[in-house]
Amino acid sequence: MKMKEFMTGMKAGLPVCVGYFSVSFGFGAMAVAQGLTIWQAILISASNLTSAGQFAGLTVIAAGAAMLEMILTQLVINSRYALMSLAIGQRLGPTVGTGKRLIAAFFNTDEVFALGMSRGKELTTTFFVGAGISAAIGWTAGTAMGAVAGSLLPQSVRMALGVMLYGMFIAIVVPQAKEEKTILYSVIFALLFSCLFAWVPGLNQVSGGLAIVICTVAAAALCAVLFPVEEEVAAE
Amino acid sequence: MKIYLYILVMAVTTYLIRAVPLTLMKKPIQNRFLKSFLHYVPAACLTAMTFPAILYATDHMVSGAVGFAVAVFLALRKKSLIVVAVAACAAVFVTEQLIKFL
Repeated sequence: MKMKEFMTGMKAGLPVCVGYFSVSFGFGAMAVAQGLTIWQAILISASNLTSAGQFAGLTVIAAGAAMLEMILTQLVINSRYALMSLAIGQRLGPTVGTGKRLIAAFFNTDEVFALGMSRGKELTTTFFVGAGISAAIGWTAGTAMGAVAGSLLPQSVRMALGVMLYGMFIAIVVPQAKEEKTILYSVIFALLFSCLFAWVPGLNQVSGGLAIVICTVAAAALCAVLFPVEEEVAAE
Repeated sequence: MKIYLYILVMAVTTYLIRAVPLTLMKKPIQNRFLKSFLHYVPAACLTAMTFPAILYATDHMVSGAVGFAVAVFLALRKKSLIVVAVAACAAVFVTEQLIKFL
């Protein structure tokens, strides 16, 4: 049964695997261009499993900046994972032990998180890790290919592949918003805040990672005040 | 050698961000506000990451917008993840090629 659950997770993670492959391809090529070896590029992807965080980390390494700057950059850009981990931890419930949680935590990326949450009450760490391993394989393999092949693919194709992850986010969010009106409001608020941070002078100086955190917290808090969930919905 | 120290620091920081909330907060949250807040986090977060970032992911904003519109249209029709994602890429590619000819 466990194996079946794991395979279900891996299968669910396949689109993520494909999407990650194209993005990390770019990361691999960029890392080598910045003077890292192929193995160092692969090591970063295999040990971090983040997108924006790794790209920012590369900049820190290339600049030879202080370790503290590396820590701060990662804390800010990846802080959204803390919210996601909190949500996953709540969804799993108190019966799931620390060991399983420590393993699952490593694989918590935006997309794996979304897959996990879309499973509702049925979420298990086995499913989560299965999906996460699919994602990690795509991410690491893409990095390796990118580092080896460099810019073999024409730029026009690489750029088009760059929107694949956004397409997946949309495929996850839109049906939820269509189904549940309060979710739709949270989406609208997040969209509004996000546009403010992108286009309003001053606000657009805030780093991308931090802006995502602020928009998420603001939209979710606003909806929590305006439309508090019923007890049984919240327990899901 | 210092590069491996960078990679280690980067990986450990990222892991702790993920592991601490997942491990230390096992008991169900009783607070209704916090429960509601967490209910709204996923969709809000994915939205904030997607828009308007998708407009800046391509050479021309127009192709990003077309990719966005195609993805939303197909997602409203409940198409699968991979169909929506690939269609968005295809829409971007075609739009960029068209722009070249204009």
